[in-house]
Amino acid sequence: MLFGFPLLSLVIWLPIFIGILVFATGGDHNARLAKWLALMGSVLSLLVAIPLYTQFDPIMSGMQFVEYHAWIERFNIHYHLGVDGVAVPLILLNCFTTPLVVIASWQVISNRVSQYMGAFLVMSGIVNGVFSSLDAILFFVFWETSLIPMFLIIGIWGGPNRVYAAIKFFLYTLMGSLLMLVAFIYLYNVSGGSFSILDYHKLPLPFVPQILIFVAFLMAFAVKLPMWPVHTWLPDAHVEAPTGGSVVLAAILLKLGGYGFLRFSLPIVPDASQYLAGMMIGLSLIAVVYIGLVALVQTDMKKLIAYSSVSHMGFVTLGFFLFNAYGIEGAMVQIISHGFISGAMFLCVGVMYDRLHSRQISDYGGVANKMPIFAAFFMLFALANAGLPGTSGFVGEFMVIMAAIKVNFWYAFFAATTLVFGAAYTLWMYKRVVFGVVASPGVEGLTDVTGREILILTILATAVLWLGVYPLPLMEMMHTTVDGLLAHIAHSKL
Amino acid sequence: MNFLPPNLAPAYPEIFLLIMVCVLLLVDLMVGEKMRYVTYLLAQIALFGCALITFTTSVPEVVYTFSGMFVDDALADVLKLMVYITVSMFLVYSHKYLAMRGLFSGEFFSLVLFATLGMMVMISASNFLILYLGLELLSLSLYAMVALRRDSVVATEAAMKFFILGALSSGFLLYGMSLVYGVTGALDITRVTEVIQSGVVDSTVLVVGLVFIIAGISFKLSVAPFHMWVPDVYQGAPTAVVLFIGSAPKLAAFGFVMRLLVEGMGGMVADWQGMLIILTILSMAVGNLAAIAQTNIKRMLAYSTISHMGFMLLGIISADGNGYSSSMFYIVVYVIMTLGTFGMLMLLSHEEFEAERLDDFKGLNRRNPWYAFITLLLMFSLAGIPPTVGFYAKLSVLQAVLGAGYIWLAVVAVLFSLIGAFYYLRIVKLMYFDEPESDAPISPHGDVELLISVNGLAVIVFGIFPQTLMTLCVYAIQRPI
Repeated sequence: MLFGFPLLSLVIWLPIFIGILVFATGGDHNARLAKWLALMGSVLSLLVAIPLYTQFDPIMSGMQFVEYHAWIERFNIHYHLGVDGVAVPLILLNCFTTPLVVIASWQVISNRVSQYMGAFLVMSGIVNGVFSSLDAILFFVFWETSLIPMFLIIGIWGGPNRVYAAIKFFLYTLMGSLLMLVAFIYLYNVSGGSFSILDYHKLPLPFVPQILIFVAFLMAFAVKLPMWPVHTWLPDAHVEAPTGGSVVLAAILLKLGGYGFLRFSLPIVPDASQYLAGMMIGLSLIAVVYIGLVALVQTDMKKLIAYSSVSHMGFVTLGFFLFNAYGIEGAMVQIISHGFISGAMFLCVGVMYDRLHSRQISDYGGVANKMPIFAAFFMLFALANAGLPGTSGFVGEFMVIMAAIKVNFWYAFFAATTLVFGAAYTLWMYKRVVFGVVASPGVEGLTDVTGREILILTILATAVLWLGVYPLPLMEMMHTTVDGLLAHIAHSKL
Repeated sequence: MNFLPPNLAPAYPEIFLLIMVCVLLLVDLMVGEKMRYVTYLLAQIALFGCALITFTTSVPEVVYTFSGMFVDDALADVLKLMVYITVSMFLVYSHKYLAMRGLFSGEFFSLVLFATLGMMVMISASNFLILYLGLELLSLSLYAMVALRRDSVVATEAAMKFFILGALSSGFLLYGMSLVYGVTGALDITRVTEVIQSGVVDSTVLVVGLVFIIAGISFKLSVAPFHMWVPDVYQGAPTAVVLFIGSAPKLAAFGFVMRLLVEGMGGMVADWQGMLIILTILSMAVGNLAAIAQTNIKRMLAYSTISHMGFMLLGIISADGNGYSSSMFYIVVYVIMTLGTFGMLMLLSHEEFEAERLDDFKGLNRRNPWYAFITLLLMFSLAGIPPTVGFYAKLSVLQAVLGAGYIWLAVVAVLFSLIGAFYYLRIVKLMYFDEPESDAPISPHGDVELLISVNGLAVIVFGIFPQTLMTLCVYAIQRPI
C-alpha cells in the first residue's frame, strides 16, 4: 500500500490541471499543441491511475487509499477520499476512456479545439472525484460539476438540435440531484452534524424517513442511469452530442447513477431498498423489455444505441435489487462491459458519420464492400452488444439472469428476453447498414478506417474480448466489497 | 444637570465619512472638468479611511453610545467593512461607464457617500428613529441617483415609481414603529425587547405593528409581493446606479432586519416566522417564474434579485444563530455575484451602446473567451451549481431551514431553484452556443478588467474554500445567539 501518498488526489487533480493548461493554449492557431497536450495529459492520467489496480488489496474490506483533511469546518465537511472494490474499476474505466476520446476527436473537431479537449480532461478528473468521494458534499460538488463540461460539449459541438438537448440534459439531471442534496442535509441534521458517507452507512433511521431518502436518491440516480421512465433526456443528448461526448456519456456518466445506488441507496437505507425492491425490479424489467422494443424501431443509429443503453442499464438496477452476490457483481460487470461496448458502438457510428454525415440507417447499406476492416470491428461490437458468449456483454447479463432465476423464474424470463431483442435490434441494424449491395453514391465513396481509428477500435476490441473470456480479475477485485455490502444490507437499520 | 459628552468612539467611521463628504463637495467645486478624477480618488480614500477606522477600532464586545441609540458590535463591524468594499468596487466598475455618459460628476460621488453613510447608520442603529433616519438618508440618495439622468424618460419614470413606492413603504414602516412604540412605550431596541419579553403588552396591537414593519422591510429587501418597483427601476436606471442599488443596500437591509426583527422583535419569532414563510415562497415563485419571460437582462436580474432575497429569508425563518449567519453568508455571496454581473454589463457597454438585451451576450465566447468564462462562473453561481460559491450559499440556508424542521419548505426552495437554473443557463447558452450579433471588439479598460477577473475568480475560489467567509459570518452573528 502506498500509505501517505495522495494517489487519489493525483488521479483527480492531474487531469483537471492539465485540462486548464489545455484551455490556456487559446485559439485554434494552437490546435496542434492543444491536442498533443490533451493526449499526453490523458495518457499520463491513465498511467498514474494504474497503482490503484496494482496496489489495491482485494482481500481487505473497507476503504483504501484514504485521504482525510478538514475542508469546511463550519459544516464539518471534509476532503475525504477513499475507494473500495466497486469504485476502483470505475475510475480505471474512466481513465481508460479519456485518451480514446481524445484520439477519436483528433481530426473531427476543428473548431475551438482547446476548449473541447480541455473540457474532456477536466470532466475526467471530476468523474474520478465522484467515484472517490466519501463526503456527501464533496461527492455532490463533483457530481454537479460534471454537468458543466458535458453541457458545454453538447451545446457547442453538437448537432442541429443541440441547444434543446443540452438544456434538457442539464435541467433533468439537476432536478434529480437537488432532492438528493435535501436528503444529504437531512441526514446531516439527523446524524448530529456529519456529512461523512461512512457515518450515514451506520446511521439508524426510521422507516418513513428511509423511504423518503430512498425516493430522493432514486430521483438523482434514476435520472442519471437512466431508468425508465426518466430516460427521455438520454436519446436527445446522445443524438446531438459529438461522438466524443456520446462515448463519455454512455461509458462514464451513466455509471455515476449505478455507482450511486451501491454507495448511497443500498447501504444508507437498506430497509427501504428491500421494501421497494419489487418496484425497482419492475422498472428495470420494463426498461429491459419495453426499451428493447423501442430500440427495434429506431431509424437513427445513435438513437438506437442510446435506447440499447437504457435497456442494458435495466440489467444493472435489476442486479442490484436482487440482493445476492451474483446479481450485484453481475451488474458491476455489466457496468464496466457496457462502458467498453457502448463506447465502441458510438465510435463506430462516429466513424461512419465523419465520412457520410448521416446517422440514418436508411442512408447506408453495403458498407462492408467499401470498409471491410471496419465492418469486422463493427461486427464484433454489435455481437458484444447483443450479448454473445465470449464477449464482455455476455458475462454481466448471464450473471444477472442467474441471480434472477434464484429469486423468481419470471424475473429471469423477462430479463432473458433481452438476448432475443438485443440481438434483433443490434443485428438488424448491422445487417441494414453493413451488408447488401452498395446503396448510394455516398457509400460508394467511403474509405476504410485509418490507422488512428484502427488503434482505438483494437484497444476496445481487446478489452471487450478480455473481459468476456477472463473476467476473474475484475470480480476478484470487487468480491470482498460486494460481500461486505450484502452483509451490511442484511442488517435492518430500523 | 451636567452635560456628559457621549462616547464618540463607536461612531468614528460615520463622523469621518461625513467630514469627507463635505470635503469632497468643497474640493469638487474647486477642480475643473478635467480634474474630476480627483473627486473619484477622494471618494475611494474616504472609503479606505472608513475601513481603516472600523478595522482598528473593532472590539469584540458590544458598545452602546448616544444613550443607547447607537451600537457597535461584531455584526456592525463586519457589515460595514463589507459595505466599504462593495461601494469601492462599485466605484471602480462604474467610473468609465459614468464618464462616457456625462454622469461622472461631484454630485454623484457625494450621493454615493451619503447613501453609504445612511447604510452605516442603519447597520449601527439601536433605536427605531435612528434606524429610520439611516434608511431615509440611504433612500433619498438612491432616488436622486436614479433620477440623475434627467433627460431620459425611462430613468425619470423609474425614479418617480421608486420614490412614490419608497415613500409609501417608509410610511408603512413608521406606522408599524409607532404602533410598537404605542404598546411598549419605548423606541430603543434593547428596551423594546425587554418589554415584549416581559409579556405585559397587548399582543394584538403588537402583531398589527409587526405586519406593517414587515411590509416596510419587504419593500426595502425587494421581496414579493412588495417587489413591483424592482424590475422598473432596474430597467430604467443607468446600469451603474442599478449595480449600486442591487449591492451594498442589501447588506444594510440585512443589518436592518437583524436589528429590527431579530433583536427588537425577537420575542415574536413565531409571528414573523409565519409571515416570512409566505413572503419567501412568493418571492421564489414570482422571481423565478417571471424571470423566464424577460428579454431585457436588467429586468431578468431584477427578478433574479427577488428570488434570491426569498432564498435569503429562509435562513432568517429558521430563527437561530446558524440560520442568521447562513442568511448573512447568502447576502454577502449575492453581493459578490451582483457586482460581477453588473460589472460585466458595464464592461460590454460603450459610448453609444447599452448592453441590456439578453441577445447582447450572444457569441461572447467568440468575441472574448475570458469574459465569457467569467460570466459563465457568475451564472452558475447565481444558479447555485457547484463548485461556485453560490452553491454554498444555497447549502447553508437549506441546511438552516431543514434544521428548523421545515422539510417541505426546503423541497419547495430547491424546486424553484431548478426553475431558476433555466434562465441562467440561457445566458450561458447565448454566450457559448450562439453566433455573435456584432463583432465590435470589447474595449478593455485596465482596472475594470482586472477587477472583473478577480471578482469572477472569487466566485470559484470562495467556492472551493468557503470556510473563511463562513467563519466571518458566524463571527458577526455571535451576539444574537
